[in-house]
Amino acid sequence: MSGQGSASRQDRSPVTDADVCVIGAGPAGALVADHLAGAQDVVVLEAGPRFDPGDRVERQERAIRPAFDRPDVWEMGGERDDHAASGEWFYPLNHARVKGVGGSTLHWQGMVMRLHEEDFASGSERGVGPDWPIDYADLQPYYADAETELGVSGADDNPFAPPREQPHPNPAFPPSYSDSMFADACDELGIAMHSVPNARNSEPFDGRSECVGYGTCQPVCPSGAKYDGTVHVERAESQGATVIDRARVERLAHDAEAIEAAVYTTPDGTEHRQEADAFVLACGGVETPRLLLMSDSEQYPGGLANSSGLVGRYFMDHLFAGVGGVLDEPTRQNHVGFLTSESHQFYDEADEEVGPFKLEFFNYAGPSPVELALTGDDWGDDLLDRLQSEYGNHVAVGALVEQLPREDSYVGLDPERTDDRGNPVPDVHWTVGDRALRTIQRANGIQRSILQELGAEITWTVGPDDTGPAYHHMGTTRMGTDPASSVVDPACRTHDLANCWIAGSSVFPTGGAMNPTLTIAALALRVADAVDAALE
Amino acid sequence: MELSRRDAVAALAALGLGGGAAAMYTRRDGGDDGDPQSGTEDEEIDVRDDHAERVAVAAAEVLYPSQVTGVEQFVTEFLGPRLNQDGHGDGIREAVGIVGDRAQRWYGAEFDALDPDRRDQLLREMGVDTADEAPDGTDAERVRYYLVNDLLLALYASPTGGELVGIENPQGHPGGTDSYQRGPP
Ligand SMILES: Cc1cc2nc3c(=O)[nH]c(=O)nc-3n(C[C@H](O)[C@H](O)[C@H](O)COP(=O)(O)OP(=O)(O)OC[C@H]3O[C@@H](n4cnc5c(N)ncnc54)[C@H](O)[C@@H]3O)c2cc1C
Ligand code: SF4
Repeated sequence: MSGQGSASRQDRSPVTDADVCVIGAGPAGALVADHLAGAQDVVVLEAGPRFDPGDRVERQERAIRPAFDRPDVWEMGGERDDHAASGEWFYPLNHARVKGVGGSTLHWQGMVMRLHEEDFASGSERGVGPDWPIDYADLQPYYADAETELGVSGADDNPFAPPREQPHPNPAFPPSYSDSMFADACDELGIAMHSVPNARNSEPFDGRSECVGYGTCQPVCPSGAKYDGTVHVERAESQGATVIDRARVERLAHDAEAIEAAVYTTPDGTEHRQEADAFVLACGGVETPRLLLMSDSEQYPGGLANSSGLVGRYFMDHLFAGVGGVLDEPTRQNHVGFLTSESHQFYDEADEEVGPFKLEFFNYAGPSPVELALTGDDWGDDLLDRLQSEYGNHVAVGALVEQLPREDSYVGLDPERTDDRGNPVPDVHWTVGDRALRTIQRANGIQRSILQELGAEITWTVGPDDTGPAYHHMGTTRMGTDPASSVVDPACRTHDLANCWIAGSSVFPTGGAMNPTLTIAALALRVADAVDAALE
Repeated sequence: MELSRRDAVAALAALGLGGGAAAMYTRRDGGDDGDPQSGTEDEEIDVRDDHAERVAVAAAEVLYPSQVTGVEQFVTEFLGPRLNQDGHGDGIREAVGIVGDRAQRWYGAEFDALDPDRRDQLLREMGVDTADEAPDGTDAERVRYYLVNDLLLALYASPTGGELVGIENPQGHPGGTDSYQRGPP
């Protein structure tokens, strides 16, 4: 199994006369490239390798076997990916991203929902945080397009969701057996459950298989039923875009007004310059600000696009809250690796004190028998006894919780440590804040009442003391109208540089509590339109 | 519960050895060995793989719960393509060698000639039961990785192995999207 794919452009030299250079081949960069390819000459520079799709089942074995850590599945770690976490809260960065064609969606779970309308107006509606400079209506048509691009399987059964204009491209996955158990308890408590929009095919779609139930969605889907960024990378290439893998952009060469070239190195250490008329930074919420900060100059000593001093600031993630337990009957967990029911009922009760959160009803509570079988010091009948007693009756309700943007939560450059190319490593200095912790407590209370109504014995709680990140990197190049308090304008173009756009969750002024990638995709399509218009 | 050919194919599919790889593997006695080019080296591999199969079956008899039947066929069907897999096959052969060597030194017999209680004892005396699997680790860790956990993975990623535990569609097995919706049988 090797990360070096055969289809890659082997010489990795720059493309002459490129109109657009996209940096990063995750879903954001891939969608921009696909949208512009054909009309523009597009080159995509991707730091990581092009993984061979044929290796996915072997990666699945890595996902199951205890000899491998999660970052091993997609070859994350080592000097290239070194990082620091100087904040009070440790941030496990290499569990939270993948470098390669497809980006972090190779690893992701694939839950894709739209932000609620009030998420765009946190300051005015909830009394905390900034408002976005755009609102739901601005993004709504792009949300619809993004759902089509990602082949979302969903239904119009969520009474709390923002208005829709068209059905999802694929039907929602039906609820699980355990969802039906939760439904009785939630009915008693007056909590409405609804389906989950999934970026995985409930039916064959776009030349990709329907979900076949491998059950290892996070970190790898061997069937390709789960959407990932490779879909749009391949489509962009088929329309003439050039994708150069293992091309790490280390600096953006610039003058006062514009980026001139992306300076990148290839595996043999050769340095190249990719020139283009327009540049789209799509390196994710940590590497995008890192690249801007590493591109400092006499003109811009604090880093590029950073006249506000806010590049890297306001780093946010979503926090996890959860309660789990056991019943005295089978709950049929771990057949598939995705969720089929949620509740957004409490989401729009958010105010200054308590943030928005959504509840998630697990289909993979408790251990997976295969993974359990590979640990422990028993085998034969004893092992089977253990598997039978530990698997089968678990239930859990999770939640995602909003964290507010804070200036003291940031991505910076570590002054002491460098990566294998001598560049300063990113320092994720993560600070969470009390509102998020109160929100976790509130979520835990509801989760407990659901499990109690179900008659479960509660065996674990993830609360304010042991919460962790959901691996959604937001806020580090925030969007706004005022160049003094934001990095990009409402069109996601940097205030400082006329030919530089940013696609990704780093532009989110606030994060809401919805998984971010559908919003990333919608914004990426909007960036593509803006770049296209600017080049005309 | 009877392990079937379907289980072996499913276990192989879960490890990326479905379809082509499984079909390409031809056993020595499979009647497909008419290649005039096959010389001593191939025969040696055959002999070693025969040995590996015997040892793996003998190990599985200890590792698998007593209620499963059809172990020999399941293990040999599974092991063939696995032995042909780049890198991994050599790891299995090496693990088999380690176990065989201990059996000779400590009990004066081939591993597969020991009675099942002795095989169980030998693996425990080697520390394989308490070892964490590691492909590049100590002898015990490698035996755990290439032999013990490979066999356990094969069983519990197969539909029959899953059913023993109460899950018809275990992780690693592409068993469709119906079973998660169904209540207990
Ligand atoms: C375990 C896990 C589960 C997740 N689950 C969900 C979910 O259910 N729903 C959801 O909405 N989101 C989820 N996410 C988050 C989701 O994966 C990201 O939001 C999404 O991938 C971001 O897309 P992106 O294109 O902005 O960045 P990425 O996907 O991170 O891609 C960025 C790319 O840029 C490349 N790059 C970085 N720096 C450079 C450079 N200097 N030069 C060249 N290339 C560079 C990287 O190698 C990478 O390939 C999950 C993430 C993880 C890790
Ligand atoms: S459950 Fe479906 S989406 Fe998940 S890994 Fe399996 S096939 Fe892919």
